[in-house]
Amino acid sequence: MKPLTPVEPGARVALGIGFFILFFVAWAAVTLGGLVSKTFLADPLSMVASGWTLVQQGFLQDVGMTVWRVLGGFAIAAALALPLGVAMGAYKPIEAFFEPFVSFARYLPASAFIPLLILWAGIGEAQKLSVIFIGSFFQLVLMIAVTVGNTRRDLVEAAYTLGSTDVSLVKRVLIPGAAPEIAEILRMVLGWAWTYVIVAELIGASSGIGHMITDSQALLATDQIIFGIIVIGLIGLVSDFAFKWLNRRLFPWAQLGR
Amino acid sequence: MTTTLLSVHGVSRTFASQSGGASTVALQATDLLVAENDFITILGPSGCGKSTLLRIVAGLDHQTSGEVLLDGRAISGPGAERGMVFQSYTLFPWLSVRDNVCFGLRERGLPRAQQLEAADAFIAKVGLRGFEHHFPKQLSGGMQQRVAIARALANGPRMLLMDEPFGALDHQTRELMQELLLGIWEAERKTVLFVTHDIDEAVFMGSRVVVMSARPGRIKLDRKVPLAHPRHYSVKTSPEFAALKAELTEQVRAEVMAAQEVAATGR
Repeated sequence: MKPLTPVEPGARVALGIGFFILFFVAWAAVTLGGLVSKTFLADPLSMVASGWTLVQQGFLQDVGMTVWRVLGGFAIAAALALPLGVAMGAYKPIEAFFEPFVSFARYLPASAFIPLLILWAGIGEAQKLSVIFIGSFFQLVLMIAVTVGNTRRDLVEAAYTLGSTDVSLVKRVLIPGAAPEIAEILRMVLGWAWTYVIVAELIGASSGIGHMITDSQALLATDQIIFGIIVIGLIGLVSDFAFKWLNRRLFPWAQLGR
Repeated sequence: MTTTLLSVHGVSRTFASQSGGASTVALQATDLLVAENDFITILGPSGCGKSTLLRIVAGLDHQTSGEVLLDGRAISGPGAERGMVFQSYTLFPWLSVRDNVCFGLRERGLPRAQQLEAADAFIAKVGLRGFEHHFPKQLSGGMQQRVAIARALANGPRMLLMDEPFGALDHQTRELMQELLLGIWEAERKTVLFVTHDIDEAVFMGSRVVVMSARPGRIKLDRKVPLAHPRHYSVKTSPEFAALKAELTEQVRAEVMAAQEVAATGR
């Protein structure tokens, strides 16, 4: 192995899958070999079996609810964060006005708002969406503002000497230039939104993956809990791949020379 | 027969110091008249304020005193009538070669068909036919600068400002680029203000060479280049070329020495 030397695509996939296999083998060895009591950690086989039972009992509806909540809350956050972040990145007075508050707000833990949000919005969907919104909106705004603000100054100057006005500079240089990085930011923050939705569902929910996990805790069904966690991980992985694929399709120019 | 296109009157530039100490005079009060269809090369050691002067003409920097008139009207900011080619590669990476060249035309609201017609003509002029759909990152540095020249020219500016456009290219590519640009100029006679620190380049390209002194910059010498157009690259070995080059070398050398002395004594 040499530092920073790329690995062949085939070997890369094999290595990536290899660790998954190693992980499951180690898990199976520890649980089936009797090193850890079943009460604390279920083995992979019974996890899959009870997962199948859960699916037959309508667990997919819970999964659907959770996905819907994440995407809904995240879409609202992104729809508001995009214009504000671009405005802050492009116009320094707007940034000076919002940036200190947003920097403060992004350290407010979204999960700590849950009791308040239950008080304000009940335990319905509005509360779940609000948690995800609080968790992702401020992060998005700040990161988008930084990305837009980092636009290469020589490109800005080139645009002006080609006759760009201030408005067309924002539309034709700042936004398209920052777009691939903004897409990366959306991908990253969507991953964080998944952790918030589960927390929101652990407290005061009647459906969703998080709700199933709380129910299973009461029954000491560690196999179901682990199944729920793995389902979340898989959905996260799939959405991550989908996002990456979409970004490559949308911004082929940003992939060149990488 | 010559009309003045650009006039620079007593333009100076002082940069306020960041730490509250003495401010830096980058450019002393400078006068320069540029005639229509002229190709002026500005030569000087690095840090002599030649780029500052060009950026003020472009409207990307503001003079501390004096005024710059284009067609008799004062310049207050950047505009499409002064096209610029930078030393750094400033093509928009998200646009194809063709859309880069169309950028200014689209800004003016020209119909797409006319944009493409103009863009393709200039892409052909810089010898990049067949590369219309490439992205900038797929091109070499020399090709990117050719697109940048096409982009600036397609916009139909009154004059072209060039800030060491070939400074980042290797020697051979640079010589080819000089011939290409000179050929285009000989055909179109677009007024050009061209900043460089390469003496060969200044003499070969310019119909007038202006030498600037070390910081604080001012114009020290202003020479007509006694070489007829069209110029073939073999002109670089002619006695006239050598004589002017020798004189300019002496002048620039003295300025570089002066600049180093200033730097050594801690100014």
